[in-house]
Amino acid sequence: MSLLADRVNMEQNKHWQSFGELNNSDAFQKAGKDEFKEDLPFEGKEGGGFFKTPTPRRDFLKYLGFSTAAAAIAAGCEIPVRKSIPFANKPEDIVPGVADYYATTYVQDGDVVSVLAKVRDGRPIKIEGNELSPITGGGTSARVQASVLDLYDSARLRFPTMGGKELTLEAADKSIAAELAGIGGAPVVILTSTINSPTTLQAISQFLAKYPGSRHVQYDAVSHTGMILANEASYGKRAIPSYRFDNAKVVVGIGADFLGTWLSPVEFARQYSKNKKIDEKNPTMSRHFHFETVASLTGSNADERYLHRPSETGAVAVALMNAVNGQGATGISDPKLKAGIEKAAKELAANKGAALVVCGSNDVNVQVVVNAINDALQAGGKTIDWSVTSNYKQGVDADFAKLVQDMNAGAVGAVLIHGANPAYTWFDAAKVASGLSKVKLTVSFSPRIDETAKLCKYVVPDNHYLESWGDAEPKSGYISLMQPTINPLFKTRQWQSSLLKWSGAATDYLSFLKTYWFAKLGGETGWDKALQDGVINPATEPATAGATFNGGGVPAAVSAINGSKKGGTTELVLYQKVAIGAGQGAINPWLQEMPDPLSKATWDNYVVISPTMAKSLIGVDVTNNGQADDYEVNPPKRQVTVKFNGQSVTLPALIIPGTQINTIGIAVGYGRNKEIGLAAQTDEGDAVGKNVFPFASLNGNGVQFFCENVDVSLSDDPKYVIAQEQTHSSYDTPQGKRVEVMKELTLNDFKKSPDDILKDREHELAPYGGLEKFEKQGTIYGYYDKPGIHWGMSVDLNTCVGCGACVVACNAENNIPVVGKREVSRFHDMHWIRIDRYYSGDDIDNPTVVFQPLMCQHCDNAPCENVCPVSATNHSSEGANQMIYNRCIGTKYCANNCPFKVRRFNWADYTGADSFPHNQVGHISEVTLGMNDDLTRMVLNPDVTVRSRGVMEKCSFCAQRLQEGKLKAKKENRPLKSGENNEWDLKVACQQACPTNAIVFGNANDKNSAISQMRQSNPYRLFHSLEQLHVLPNVNYLAKVRNRDEEDATMEESKGA
Amino acid sequence: MTHFRSIAAKLTFGLVFTFLFLFSGHLCAQGTGNAANGKTLFQANCTSCHAMEKEILGPALMGAVERWPDKKMLHNWIQHNPGVIAAKYPYAMGVVEKYKSKGAMTDFNGTLKSQDVDDIIAYIGSYVPPVAGTNPVQPGQPEGDNTLLFGILTLVLAIITFVLLQVNANLKKLADDKSGVPAEEPVSFWKNKAYIAFGTVIIFLVGGYYTVMGAIGLGRTQHFQPKQPIFYSHKVHAGVNQVNCMYCHIGTYQGKQATIPSVNICMNCHMAIKEYNGTAKLYTAEGEEVNGTAEIQKLYSYAGYTAGQTWDATKAKPIEWVRIHNLPDHVYFNHSQHVVAGKVQCQTCHGEITKMDEVYQFAPLSMGWCINCHRTTKVHFTDNSFYSIYEKFQDKIKNHAMDSVTVENIGGTECQKCHY
Repeated sequence: MSLLADRVNMEQNKHWQSFGELNNSDAFQKAGKDEFKEDLPFEGKEGGGFFKTPTPRRDFLKYLGFSTAAAAIAAGCEIPVRKSIPFANKPEDIVPGVADYYATTYVQDGDVVSVLAKVRDGRPIKIEGNELSPITGGGTSARVQASVLDLYDSARLRFPTMGGKELTLEAADKSIAAELAGIGGAPVVILTSTINSPTTLQAISQFLAKYPGSRHVQYDAVSHTGMILANEASYGKRAIPSYRFDNAKVVVGIGADFLGTWLSPVEFARQYSKNKKIDEKNPTMSRHFHFETVASLTGSNADERYLHRPSETGAVAVALMNAVNGQGATGISDPKLKAGIEKAAKELAANKGAALVVCGSNDVNVQVVVNAINDALQAGGKTIDWSVTSNYKQGVDADFAKLVQDMNAGAVGAVLIHGANPAYTWFDAAKVASGLSKVKLTVSFSPRIDETAKLCKYVVPDNHYLESWGDAEPKSGYISLMQPTINPLFKTRQWQSSLLKWSGAATDYLSFLKTYWFAKLGGETGWDKALQDGVINPATEPATAGATFNGGGVPAAVSAINGSKKGGTTELVLYQKVAIGAGQGAINPWLQEMPDPLSKATWDNYVVISPTMAKSLIGVDVTNNGQADDYEVNPPKRQVTVKFNGQSVTLPALIIPGTQINTIGIAVGYGRNKEIGLAAQTDEGDAVGKNVFPFASLNGNGVQFFCENVDVSLSDDPKYVIAQEQTHSSYDTPQGKRVEVMKELTLNDFKKSPDDILKDREHELAPYGGLEKFEKQGTIYGYYDKPGIHWGMSVDLNTCVGCGACVVACNAENNIPVVGKREVSRFHDMHWIRIDRYYSGDDIDNPTVVFQPLMCQHCDNAPCENVCPVSATNHSSEGANQMIYNRCIGTKYCANNCPFKVRRFNWADYTGADSFPHNQVGHISEVTLGMNDDLTRMVLNPDVTVRSRGVMEKCSFCAQRLQEGKLKAKKENRPLKSGENNEWDLKVACQQACPTNAIVFGNANDKNSAISQMRQSNPYRLFHSLEQLHVLPNVNYLAKVRNRDEEDATMEESKGA
Repeated sequence: MTHFRSIAAKLTFGLVFTFLFLFSGHLCAQGTGNAANGKTLFQANCTSCHAMEKEILGPALMGAVERWPDKKMLHNWIQHNPGVIAAKYPYAMGVVEKYKSKGAMTDFNGTLKSQDVDDIIAYIGSYVPPVAGTNPVQPGQPEGDNTLLFGILTLVLAIITFVLLQVNANLKKLADDKSGVPAEEPVSFWKNKAYIAFGTVIIFLVGGYYTVMGAIGLGRTQHFQPKQPIFYSHKVHAGVNQVNCMYCHIGTYQGKQATIPSVNICMNCHMAIKEYNGTAKLYTAEGEEVNGTAEIQKLYSYAGYTAGQTWDATKAKPIEWVRIHNLPDHVYFNHSQHVVAGKVQCQTCHGEITKMDEVYQFAPLSMGWCINCHRTTKVHFTDNSFYSIYEKFQDKIKNHAMDSVTVENIGGTECQKCHY
């Protein structure tokens, strides 16, 4: 162990998770010594001793005696008779206990991901990516993974309503038909979020044809108006092209969070990661520059990130254009930013035809400039493909603004609303409300009483997508089909069927859909095949094509940008969180509890400020030991009030490095109407977070999500608790601090001396037998054989973008409870896999970020196993660290002794498994209780035990999937397939969910398995976390390589904790 | 003696069984059909209507190959019987006439390939009835229970010891009296501290034993034999009529649950079999006689079926059977794992189901019972190429350093194989 201590003394901590760790502060050191962040509830600690406690020894004995006797009597009584009720008529394709997978499509407000729904005994319980889709290739996002929970949401509307009163579907049809007939020729408006389903569009046009003068308005909460209109100006196409990040050697993002929330993150993450995979023999990778205002997921993944003010977005684009054209980055005062733009421009110009610039701005002028840059880079036909358009977002804000005007003028006879929720997401919600009140007939198809549905006379709830038929065309020519996986749970109906009915069509939507596709696919056989695949792809991938660029509008755009308002002292930017989006995720407990990739905060929105601003605004200097501790150790945070144009909001402030120093950020999507579900309200009955959509404004045609000059002041309100994860997940042993959890280096370093990490490892382990013999010689414990299978996992930190899909997939697969904000703030979070976010670098306002997914490492010499007094955690001959709930007595010694802090303890009865109501009420959050009702429990995976109070749990490597996969191979009398020729008997849940295939899992004993291949072909980047402890993890990581020019001193041979 | 007999019986059976398999394997290698495959096909497609030695809906098939004058016609008949009827092949017409009341045979045209039919014919041709007097499997058959005998012997010996001790004491007293040694007043044995202490220990031991055994048995339901809504006799179905277990318990091959058959599976046969006319009378566990035909009527009422009319399957109501075998929620058990991969006979865990009218829980279904089996059971190590990845064991077997691999060897007693 002396070696370990030496290293700590020798080397500075280059990676840090928290400010305390950066400063090695008192609180951080103290926290490292304590396993549990709060005092354990030992009674009578002070004064009087044990016998003065409310439950002294005699009481204890009484209870013990009574409970033993009670248990004996209870158990001795007659065994309850259980019924076993088979089907009356068993459907041929359902075998009880065997899961079926149905290809369907996740569709939400224009987002489309082809998926497979795992259906057990008639209940969809898990969403997996559909590998037949060339767009997503089997990848998913956190929101896709969580969508199955929405199906069983108890806040779903169970029947149609009129004025809030229940109505039958027939009565609703009759009444609405009568009202439609009575509007007297006034136009009907169908207001939706982006619709990219060809049949739905047809049904809409049929409906509109019946009511002349009517129109269809598409409205996206966070629209891409700027891009759509700029493309119309530049290319004559009112559309969005396909972006091909996989063809780009240099990517420049200007505020476009394309790995998290922008346009089609699953698709882009997949493309982007292709060029981030490294062939160790010939290491090349793409280069990504990112310019942004507050730290985003995409910016954190960038090779180089530069910060600018929100009002400067246009100026950055113009400067970049000028620099690409060889005129230098003009008009930028910040020297760092200027240098960054010039550097990016140089790289872009050097890679014409393999360069791409994307921008998240909703300003047409900025997007015109971006189009000009891309044209100068010859991106058309290479990295921008106009042969296939992206149909995810088609709403143009001006159209909706016109509708609001018309409604307020009384010029609209009826509004039918699907998907869109403008009463919440439109910046001027009052106008929407007053407009709706002037419309004679208002119908919402919302599945729950959202802010807009509340204002509508009728609500005819739509089915969940897992109960629906449908299709989607996310990109032109690429179809994804939707089929129901369960009968509608409630008296709901697909909204297309309602439309057809009200337009007088004789068919329902299913036959409409079939008629449409039978004609295209040549009848039933083609349809069945397509339905089984879930996707219809073009026979041959269309060749990428550009479009003729019309640069006529560029000078005007540039002058408009130059003339735009300059920013004030502090600027505000509104951003979307990966999990919550524009508020769609707010109803989902899994998404609310998923930690934000950067802030690691759950269950709230907050004001994001930079460390520099923190000094002046909340009086916290994060490099100051005492102040940083005071800020960081205690979950309650100071609140600040943000004022702009009569709008005011008071929210807690979080210091997030990577935020421009004059900019603050607040996430939209919070402060929802409480009626939309338990996940949207706190235990105190307030809304979760606060709504900041009112801070947005309409700028010409598009809504802009920033304010150039806001007034920010420290609020007198009491501190507010933000439940953050991660900061508590470190623990030091008396032997020394944790070092080398994670490794990172630059591409240049890697090219120069690729075997640095390997040499390091060899050097470090040399005294213990070297790499080869370390396993056997580095320990006093015995060696145990893994005769057949040896499970192993590899996580490539280069391709992991930190999106969190795996976290939610693990929730769904392993019945992981939602614990609620109060418990998270007490560090009782239950996630089996967490994505650690590490900072490094000298610039505290703009540090480098690395994400490292950390789950149980399944150590072959596991420290947790040795200390369990009842052997409830032990090792299998397949290398898995097994956790046996029924043996566990809850000593927590294992969690104490785990160097990775991946074990989770059931502090309360989160799941209702105890069946003692006393253990739940008053101890756990309403939302956790809500997860235990009969409806929501339908989402549970029946193959995984629901854990009760007082037991430890952790990642099991999806033991149920391993068993199922092995059995499949055994039954088919063949060896297990784990990735050879991309054939898989099993994929663990996190691996399946990952959009970038960063996680590989399989049998490491099999030379041809994917995991063995991965380890063999990446000997230089491979490392195990905390390898020197001789815990022998079965999870390995591949070091993060950043494509930076300079041999960054902070990156070189960087070691971190 | 009994012991030897049972071993002999097992041996005989084992030999016969092996021969059957070996020979059928051989036959098929030479002939046109594969009898082993035929057996699978037979059980999957034919057993609902046919048994080998008994008429069910269709004729008993043992000897059918010899009975048919033209083998080719038999082949055609199995595959596509309407064609043979249309051709008015005389033997077939006889069969049709005889079984007219039971309905027409299913047409397998399209479902069975020509080779499949050859396989089935090979299986039928090679079928040899099980040797009378031997039981297919005798799992856990108590091999003569001598506990009672030993108990009686112990008791007798204890009484003799006690009597002898008393006699000894009396004789000592007489001798002492005679020699004039002053003797203490004899203590009667119920006041004798030694006896009391001895008795207490015995009571403690025996009482303790039963308490512990009782406590272990709590929550276990071995021998549980509830009354079911329909007196369904496994003996009649699986025993006398040799219906394959998997014909009804279809989940056994596919998944974790064996599944209790749904009403439509019952009705597959019972559309035609309207009354019980078996030779043996049926009795409940309490000894009451059961009217089999009335029980079939109960099925009809669940199925919503009126004899003579077409059955509308949608009218069926599920039957609420009483569940006998219950495992705790934290145990994962998979039938197909054991039956398909492990090739374990149903009877190993469920007892001699073919002799049970009413089913009872044969095995304790305790963890110790599972583990014991996993310790001793050998996996099909060389037959199943899944195990090829266990190179070390494969080498050992090749070098005869190991003769077999047990479930335990490959990790079958590790916690997370059943608890997750």
